[in-house]
Amino acid sequence: MSTAPACLPPPGLPGLDPRWSVVVEARDADGVSRSWHVLDTHADGPEEDIRLTVLCVHGNPTWSYLWRSVLASAPADVRVIAVDHLDMGFSDRTGTVRPLAQRVADLGSLTSALGVVGPVVVVAHDWGGPISLGWVLEHQDEVAGVALLNTAVHQPDASRAPSVIRVARATPVRHAATVLTPAFIRGTTALSGRRLPPDVAAAYSAPYRSADARAAIGDFVADIPLEDDHVSAGTLEAIAEGIRALTMPVLLLWGPGDPVFSDRYLHDLEERLPQADVHRYEGARHLVIEDAPALVADLWTWISDLRAGGAEQAADDRAGSAQVDRPMWAALAERAAADPDGLALAEPRDGSWRRIPWALLDANVARLASGLAAEGVRPGDRVSVLIPVGADLIAVIYACWRLGASVVVTDAGLGPRGMVRALRSAAPDHIVAVPKGLALVRLAALPGRRIPVSRLVEIARAGAALPLPAGPGLDDEALVAFTSGSTGPAKGVVYAHRQLQATRDLLQEHYGLTPDDALVAAFAPWAVLGPALGIPSAIPDMDVTAPRTLTARAVADATRQVRGTLMWASPAALTGVLKTASALTDDDLAALQSLRYVLGAGAPVSAAILHGIQRLVPGASVRTPYGMTEVLPVCDVVIDDIDAAGPGPGVLVGNPLPGVEVRISEVDGEGRARGLLSDAPGVLGEVAVRAPHRKVRYDRLWATERASSRDAGWHRTGDVGSLDERGRLWIAGRLAHVITTVDGPIGPVPVEQAVERIPGVDRAACVGVGPTGAQLVVVVCVTGGREEGVANLALTDDVRAVTGLDVAAVLLRRDLPVDIRHQSKIDRRAVAEWADRLLAGRR
Amino acid sequence: MRILVTGGRGLLGSAVVTELLHRGHNVLSFQRSPSGTDAHDVLGDITDPSAVAAAMRGADAVVHLAALVSMSGPLSDFERVNVGGTQNVIAAAQAAGVGRFVHVSSPSVAHVGRALVGDPGGRAEPDHARGHYARTKAVAELLALAADSEGMAVTSIRPHLVWGPGDTQLIARIAQRARAGRLFLIDHGAALIDSTYVDNAAEAIAQALDRATLPEVRGRAFVVTNGQPRTVAEMLGRIAAAAGCPAPRRSVPASLAKGAGSAVERAWSISGRAGEPPITRFIAEQLSTAHWFDQRLTCEALDWHPRIPLDEGFRRLREWFESLG
Repeated sequence: MSTAPACLPPPGLPGLDPRWSVVVEARDADGVSRSWHVLDTHADGPEEDIRLTVLCVHGNPTWSYLWRSVLASAPADVRVIAVDHLDMGFSDRTGTVRPLAQRVADLGSLTSALGVVGPVVVVAHDWGGPISLGWVLEHQDEVAGVALLNTAVHQPDASRAPSVIRVARATPVRHAATVLTPAFIRGTTALSGRRLPPDVAAAYSAPYRSADARAAIGDFVADIPLEDDHVSAGTLEAIAEGIRALTMPVLLLWGPGDPVFSDRYLHDLEERLPQADVHRYEGARHLVIEDAPALVADLWTWISDLRAGGAEQAADDRAGSAQVDRPMWAALAERAAADPDGLALAEPRDGSWRRIPWALLDANVARLASGLAAEGVRPGDRVSVLIPVGADLIAVIYACWRLGASVVVTDAGLGPRGMVRALRSAAPDHIVAVPKGLALVRLAALPGRRIPVSRLVEIARAGAALPLPAGPGLDDEALVAFTSGSTGPAKGVVYAHRQLQATRDLLQEHYGLTPDDALVAAFAPWAVLGPALGIPSAIPDMDVTAPRTLTARAVADATRQVRGTLMWASPAALTGVLKTASALTDDDLAALQSLRYVLGAGAPVSAAILHGIQRLVPGASVRTPYGMTEVLPVCDVVIDDIDAAGPGPGVLVGNPLPGVEVRISEVDGEGRARGLLSDAPGVLGEVAVRAPHRKVRYDRLWATERASSRDAGWHRTGDVGSLDERGRLWIAGRLAHVITTVDGPIGPVPVEQAVERIPGVDRAACVGVGPTGAQLVVVVCVTGGREEGVANLALTDDVRAVTGLDVAAVLLRRDLPVDIRHQSKIDRRAVAEWADRLLAGRR
Repeated sequence: MRILVTGGRGLLGSAVVTELLHRGHNVLSFQRSPSGTDAHDVLGDITDPSAVAAAMRGADAVVHLAALVSMSGPLSDFERVNVGGTQNVIAAAQAAGVGRFVHVSSPSVAHVGRALVGDPGGRAEPDHARGHYARTKAVAELLALAADSEGMAVTSIRPHLVWGPGDTQLIARIAQRARAGRLFLIDHGAALIDSTYVDNAAEAIAQALDRATLPEVRGRAFVVTNGQPRTVAEMLGRIAAAAGCPAPRRSVPASLAKGAGSAVERAWSISGRAGEPPITRFIAEQLSTAHWFDQRLTCEALDWHPRIPLDEGFRRLREWFESLG
């Protein structure tokens, strides 16, 4: 191995300011002087104004270049230092092999030479993680926080080393792959999910152009201690255990698509550092800082919160509230005691109805709770349920709640890919599934212990002899549900028992439910609430993965079973009911008349559908609740009120329900909701909601959670709308779909509603093209024709007339892309991209 | 102010003269033949330095519009008029102690062939602009802006696709082709293009003259449009409708049109026929890629807003066609 002193990087590397580069001399642990290449925002600047130092430590086989955008976006009073390890980047080629302990010591001597004093925030990636954590353990008093990106300190039990590394470490392969050729560097930069621009990829390999220059990469890979007798194994173990005692704030930023440091390394770190804030960037891979454009800004937000004195999100106003803990299973137990043989649940089975009385359901839940606990399901564990809506699902969910486990609900509407992605992010400890679900889990190699539903009988039987576990606390996690993912990957939403109970109580109070009521549960997420409400439920015969298949006769059948008073269904399901209404017999029609409420939930329901349903059940109150996975319901509105209000600034969703507050944060000319929360009427802005039943947080999405909860106690919904003089909320679309014209922001929904009133227009999408703040309004119409492209002058004139806007172009399309789950939310981003391409003249 | 306007006979030139007169200025209109406006005409050629110098005497301000606008022709002609002519006007203005100089340019000086989508209007690119006209106008704009000095405030205004009643260039030709049934679309005419109704462009130029000495105006170039981009199909359809013709429906692919444009261009220059070729590569490109601009800075700096919307412009165009019978 040859030696060479540190040098400066060649000029012209993209994003790298040459003024940052310095060569620093420092004695290593053996007293030998070594030269280091370091990036330093204050390389020649005054040091007296420095309030914080951010120390960035790269891994293998990158170099300080990894951190260029952190340096570029540093506030003036923060010194950012990014080091090149010895034998790496442009630092000294020492001709030595440096095990982990020595690298930790090396970093210490370098920070002394650089005059680094606290407070320090350490940021590290890959094997920079163990090295910098070793440094942190020796400098705890100076460290204000630690941010780790795709790294590991420990080989999680019962798992083998990442296969990529195992192959790379096999000695002949290692030598060939890491020293003889630049393949390892190319391979690692290829581990980025985005294709790196060629000049950036070249910059990553700039220090490693010769075999000598690459030697340390080979040694670095060799120093990954996977065996217990490895020279660095003891050091790594000491670090891995030592960090359990750290008390400073920790941020884990993760690219889940990393074939090396997969999610299980994230979970290992979460277990060691329970205080950690976690953000998984869906779609990002090993070079998460390159793959996730928001990462650097998120990092600075986190650091600035640290500096603001911990900036704990203002105390949750609910935690201290005097909410009485009435468990989710309380009503079930009461009905079982009061009316043991009364009907709790009716579900179609083999052409007839399976009717389960309260006492049996209650007993099943208790036995399953004990049995699952005996199976190893512990309080706090996450249990994924891949079971169709029905008695099994309801029993498992209530059993999990009863024993203090949290339920992960992924409905089939996410599609198989979305479901796998959601399960990976939630990382359930156990998966209870029907054979189809198990097949998916096996195919995707999802972690978590698998429990087939076929074993539930046996588990319950075993549980019958066991004592009931102690129940959960009010603020223990109860549920992880997922957003529909119509604006990006589905997000996990965490609820505790407190919020679920509040949801139950709100529904009970708002709809005035008594034991005489009964639920016709055609809407999957809420189908399980009947036992919590203490009312019987009937599940109509339908394929829950295809809500459109719900028939009017199936609804009538289910209603008859329980003398249903309350029906929840998605718009697609209601459409199915209307389409098949002609098949209803007089008897069916009579059965339907017991319904007091019909609620079209999950997505906006068109007036035509609501009117159709109203004609079927003239005595019922036909309503559409408004809400989202994060807080449901927020408002609801009766169809008569929608009719009476007429056209307005969007979809009328009504007044907030009791205990729910709605405010608006005005949207500015750049489409940002920067306004203070206000209840002033007529202002277009992001809708914010405060309610006892809103989510606890997003799951492993720290930055998203922080943004959505930045007004303490409020949830920002991502919807835009306005309040009217009567305090009613009108929804105008999604914040991400706001069109920012020179004349101000425009919500797409009112424009689409106006255009859809033009005879011959079936469906319309309103989108913006062009730069933020100077966008043009474009309307895309579906008219039933085959033609796609520019609409004729007559339709163009009509669109401008009904909208009153200077619409730049009216386009025709055969259909509009919609979300998978509800089949109704327009994917306006896809429409905008299509329109943008067409109108730019690119093909 | 006593203002010299060069090129006062064209569609935009005569509108500028009228606007400046309306604002109470004393206007001299300099061009080769009578302008037909109410201004005092001074006849001459901008390629003649002494004629320009003579016209400039006593002027407080200059609006320089005169240029060779054509899709074809030898480079030397464009250089002589657009570069040499501009040099003459600058030199004469400096010699005469003129305080304000508004140079009328074109967004094409910064257009290097990409689609322009909400473009803020970049720096003139003499080496990369498309075609002789745009390249020589790019050189001219750089020369003019370089002449901005303490004594003389220079501003460049770039109106995009100016049209209006009386237009013998663009509008008349489109109408003529529409009548002959030879108007077709390229790629279905979906590209968005900006245009400027002539009165709006004239008012922007007058505003630039008023505000030329302000720091946010002098030494800068501003794109001017109606702020209402439309698809090519709609623009051609509206013009045809104003002329009483049906909207074009036939379409050819852009690649074909560009190829045809180049071929025609070559044939045209070899055969030495006078006049304009029916389509050139430049036009094909213009009609198949987006050209629209973000003119927020323009509106703010000039304290100007396009007063006549497109609808009103097309209505006036129709009246004009009807008046022609």
